[in-house]
Parts: sequence; C-alpha cells; structure tokens
Amino acid sequence: MNGIRGDWQARAIQVLFVAAILLLWYYVSTSGLVGVIFLPPLPRVIDKFLQIIQTGSLYYNLAVTAYELAMAFSIASILGLSIGYFVGRSRIAVVIFEPLLAGLFAVPIIVFLPLFILFFGIDMQSKIAFGATYAFFPIVLNAIGGISQIDPRLIIVARSMGANEGQLFRRVLLPAALPVIATGLRIGCIIGFLSILGSEMIAGLRGLGSRIVTLAEGMNTVEMFAYIIFVILMAALLNVTLTRMQARFSAPREQP
Amino acid sequence: MTEIPAANDASSASSTMLRAEAGRLFRRHPGLARIAVIIVATLAWEVAGDTILDPDFLSPPSSIIHAMPRVFSDAGVQKALWASFYELVTAFVIVVIAGIAIGLPIGLHGFTFRSSMPLVLLLYSIPQVTILPLFVLYFGIGAGSKIAFGVSHGIFPIILNIVAGVQSVEQAHLIAARSMGATRFQSIRRVVLPHVTPSLFAGLRLAMSGTLLGVLLAELYVSTGGIGYYSRLFADSFDPPATFSLVAVLAFMAIVLNETVRIAERRASFWRTHRT
Repeated sequence: MNGIRGDWQARAIQVLFVAAILLLWYYVSTSGLVGVIFLPPLPRVIDKFLQIIQTGSLYYNLAVTAYELAMAFSIASILGLSIGYFVGRSRIAVVIFEPLLAGLFAVPIIVFLPLFILFFGIDMQSKIAFGATYAFFPIVLNAIGGISQIDPRLIIVARSMGANEGQLFRRVLLPAALPVIATGLRIGCIIGFLSILGSEMIAGLRGLGSRIVTLAEGMNTVEMFAYIIFVILMAALLNVTLTRMQARFSAPREQP
Repeated sequence: MTEIPAANDASSASSTMLRAEAGRLFRRHPGLARIAVIIVATLAWEVAGDTILDPDFLSPPSSIIHAMPRVFSDAGVQKALWASFYELVTAFVIVVIAGIAIGLPIGLHGFTFRSSMPLVLLLYSIPQVTILPLFVLYFGIGAGSKIAFGVSHGIFPIILNIVAGVQSVEQAHLIAARSMGATRFQSIRRVVLPHVTPSLFAGLRLAMSGTLLGVLLAELYVSTGGIGYYSRLFADSFDPPATFSLVAVLAFMAIVLNETVRIAERRASFWRTHRT
C-alpha cells in the first residue's frame, strides 16, 4: 500500500483528478446552475485566496492554530513518551495498561469537548488541552508497542556486556523502538491538528477553524472556500513533512 | 518469561513475597488487574471529588450515578438518544454497503486498484473537519448532514482494510482453486471472501468509531437534538454530573459496540489458527 505513494503514475492520477474537479467547479459555478452561496465561482475564490495570503488576518489565525498545535503536541509527546517508556519496560504493566489505554482511545473523546471548554475556558487553553488529549493516545500506545516489542535477547546481550541503564536506553531501546515511536508521533501530530481545528470550529474565538465558521455563518462562502483550501494545503504540507521526517527515523531499519 | 529476576533482599522477605504473590495472580489474570486499576482510579476520583476538586467541575462518580435517572427520564434526552442512534445506524449501514462495494473491486482488479487507489488516498488525506460547514451547507441542519459527515469519516477505514485484505490473499490458494476448476465467482466466494473477513471486521471496528466521531462532531457543531446537542447544553448550563452521565452511557455504548464487533471477528476467523 505504501509503494503506490511514490509512484509517478499515482501522482499523475491524483493531479489529473484535482484538475478535473477544479474544471468541473469552474464550469458549474460560472454556468449559473447553482447559487453563489452554494458554490462560489472558482475565479473569485482564487482571487480571494491570493488576497488573504497577502493580508494579515490569515497569518494571525495561522499563528494561533500553530501555537495551539505546538503546545498540545509538546504536552502529548512528553506525557505519552514517558508513560509509554515506563509501561513498556514492564511486561505486567503492558498487559494491564495497554488494553485500558486502547479502550479509552475507543471512547469518542469529542463528547467531552464541552467539558474542556468549561474547565479551560473558550480561548486557546481548551484547544491545547483537547488536542493534547487526542494526540496523547497514539503516542503512548505506539511508545508502549515499540518498547515492549523489542527482542528481549537484545536487552540481555547489552546487559551481559555491562551496559548500564542509560547506555541500554541510548544504544538499544531507543534505536530499536524509534520507528514505531516515530509513527505514533506522526499520527499524534495529525490527530492533534484535526482535533484542534474541530474544537476551534465548535467553539472558539480565534484560529483557522473558528475563522472558517465565522465566514460560514456570515454566508461569506467565497472567503470560506479560500480558507478551506488554505487549511487543506496546510494539512497536506504537515502530512508530507511528517512522513519525510518519519522516513528518516526508520531508514536504517528498512533498508533492503 | 523473560523478566529480569528481581534482586530481592532477605530483609524485606515478607513484603516481597506478598508482592510476588500479587504479581503472579495479576500475571495469570491480567483482566483482574485491569479491573483493580479501574476500581482504584474510580475510588481516587470519588475521594478527590469529595475533597480537593471543585464538584462544580469534575463531579465525583457518585453524583454522576445520582444524576443518571434525572438525565435519562428527560423526554428530550430520550429523543436525542434515539435521534443520534438513528443517525449512527443509518450512516453505518451506508458505510458498510458502500465501503464493501467500493473496496472489493479496487482490491480484486489490478487496473481499478492502480487507477482508483490514489484517489481514495487523496480524498482520505483531506482534513474532513475543515469541510464540516460545507456538509451543513449542502445537507442542511438536520439529520442529513450528520449522516453524511459520519459516512465520510467511516467509509475510508473499510475501503482501505478490504483492499489490504483482498491483496493479502495468498496467490497459491487462488491458483489451487483455479486449477481445481473454480470459476471466478467461486474463487471469490470460497477463497477471497473468507480471507477478507478478519480485515473486514478490523475495518468495521475502525469504521464504527469513525462514524460515531463524525456524527458527534456534526452534532456538536450545529444541531437542535441528539447527544452532541445535550452534552453541550448540560455543559453550558454548568451541570457536569449530567454531562458526565450522558458521556458515560455513550462511552459504555461505544465500548459494547467495539467488543461486539471484536467477538464477531473472532467467530468469523476461527479457522485461522495462526492468528489468534
């Protein structure tokens, strides 16, 4: 499944598909078959897109969302990796806590969002806490998985050669678990981003998500589409960047 | 048993023996230990809720249970539960039917795979939450937008899992079936489908939580009924016990659904001895 991502054929199909969608959008929206509110004309959306890129309000909202994501991701990483390390090192703790954490992750945390807003206020803190909660689970589950699935012989060999706890961590545990942990960090970051956007849309004062909602409520669909395109591009950029970084972490193990 | 043997001192022999005893018990019955953790956490929450925490925010479990009859005897809440349930079931049925109808051809047919899979992955990579206002714009403020948003969240796990499942069918089995004279339909019915079942159920599980997430997100965003609406209403009116009891029931439902699919999965793949 991963192989087709790098395939030029697949890329070409994707590019053609996007081009076809844009072309369809252009013709449907300029033909007058549908209302401007439902599907604004593509040229106007593109104009607006270029315009918002040149003005400040986009960057303000982008900075707010990016700050929230950075905070949420840091909190989730620190908690997730440390808890994952300590749980993953003990076989009993893995058996006890891994299903509990996986079960908690199956609960739709989104229903707690009103409580997050109640506890942390409507501004950035509630988004940070919510994003951190969602990002925590993939990170901690992957950390537990990565650490606990290390071949115990590696640990025994390192110990018998006289490695202390720090050396064991740096030379054996970390390199062996890093690919799995890196996957968890990537998924956590993406989920954190999406949940921050979602929580901004449901209740928020600033940030990209609440900007989109404000525009939707004002029936300003031209600018709303411009913002949606911008956020989709941002998400794609984030995804590509994280996938590249993750590939670098796991490169030494996956070389044929 | 790869545990590193604990270096115990003789001085604290009795306590280590007790701990070893507990450790052995928990190792043999991890479910028991899990329940113990849950009970300890609930008790700690109860004690903390009665003493240090502000009951107006994180209400203790006892007050949540106390609030349950009040919340669920409310006619509005009952209607909301049914509304959400209806949206969830409708979306899930659409997800399963459409997901299988899209996933099987993509997995079975090489050309379809090469031409459609990039599109599926492209669509899957769109952050759907950003287009939530579009769903409301096109499907209205009622149940339609919730169902559509649930479908858009749930359908991709099913498609991806079915495609992966179909492609994991061993070629030797297909060749064996064909050499024994199976038609294309027979080899799909007798070889491919049984192989796909485990990953189909894994996909069903992911699709269920995805659909639930989509429906709830849309309900929280804008709605006049449904669980999302009430959980927001209770929180807005500073009634955390009511919110928690609603959420507790919902979480319980999610876990039950999850376990049901998991049990069905185990039943359907009983013949796979190498994959317990």
